[in-house]
Amino acid sequence: MTANDTDVIDTLVGIVPGSALDGARARRPAARSHAEASYRALLLPAEPGDVTIAERFAVAAYVAGLHGGAATVGHYNRALVEHGGAALAATVAQAVAETMSRGPTGHYPPGPLSVEDVPGPDFALSAPVTAALGPKLAAGFAHAHYLVFHPRDAAPERFPPLMEAGWSEDGIVTLSQLVSFLAFQIRVVAGFAVLAATP
Amino acid sequence: MTAPVAFSRDHFDWLPWVDPVAEDALTERQMVALVDAARAKSAYFRLLARDPDALEHRTRTDKDIFYNTDAGAPRADRELAAAAVSRFNGCIYCASVHARFAATYAKREADVDRLLAEGVGADLGERWNAIVAAAVALTALPMRFGPEHVARLRACGMDDLAISDVIQGAAFFNWANRLMLSLGEPAIQG
Repeated sequence: MTANDTDVIDTLVGIVPGSALDGARARRPAARSHAEASYRALLLPAEPGDVTIAERFAVAAYVAGLHGGAATVGHYNRALVEHGGAALAATVAQAVAETMSRGPTGHYPPGPLSVEDVPGPDFALSAPVTAALGPKLAAGFAHAHYLVFHPRDAAPERFPPLMEAGWSEDGIVTLSQLVSFLAFQIRVVAGFAVLAATP
Repeated sequence: MTAPVAFSRDHFDWLPWVDPVAEDALTERQMVALVDAARAKSAYFRLLARDPDALEHRTRTDKDIFYNTDAGAPRADRELAAAAVSRFNGCIYCASVHARFAATYAKREADVDRLLAEGVGADLGERWNAIVAAAVALTALPMRFGPEHVARLRACGMDDLAISDVIQGAAFFNWANRLMLSLGEPAIQG
């Protein structure tokens, strides 16, 4: 487990004390500390409830893989090996390779915005990877894939398959927060890395 | 219930697809996680209260990125980044809220309406164009935010703190849009 005084975003960006970006982050101290607290609440909660730590890191490694970025992908892969095992991490890497897409795509409610509809490929995981993940994670990955790449294809019909695969309503909220938080954290890391390298 | 089919600065309702915690069933921990007690009236926040730790830290992150007035980017610029990301991802509800804020703080209703009507390619003048371009580049997958976006923001007079505000504002709406879009839907009031 990571020491309590480390900050994941600082670590992944390579922000060193006294740098310009360290100074900028220090001027938004609550954003800094609560982004880190969000990470801990969603990935390393003291009481994991309906979603195990291994499941959380499996989803995180999958979402990080779909976004790319060497530092972030490496972090979540290593954490998944630690909390879920090397075999699961290898399966997640296969899932990333099989389902990589681009975004944002999706459909608007029928009407004037329909001209902006951009179809994207459906989530298509091979049978061996689906079997290796098991039904709960496979359903969770399908949900994560749509949230990452085409969130405007939202529909209430997306919940029954999750619930049939073992996700409770509380677990669905946690899954949604986890994927959505990662969409934030990964972009902060990517954005700050460019900012730090562009004087 | 009628769902909006276009972007606008109108006030919409938001209807959950997963049951929120009932107002009279909120635990002490969940009340604290709402941060503002008035949010007990909101179905959206009572739904997120199913994971109170995640909700509380989400909210405190949000508030510092958008409301911290210690220098950096003006509130209007941060709200513009939020509105642009929401327009690009397709979150009609989030776009309405933050288009209203951007229009109010900047006093530029016509430009904000142009962003909503035309999308993220609308011509809003160089400073706002630079902010929208940066927010979009960070939102697209694969991400294409690069040194040219930072250079363009610097050329508009923005320092490291202001640019980090745009980055965090844009990144945060990639969080917020996904919750708002996926857990319920907007409805026209009335």
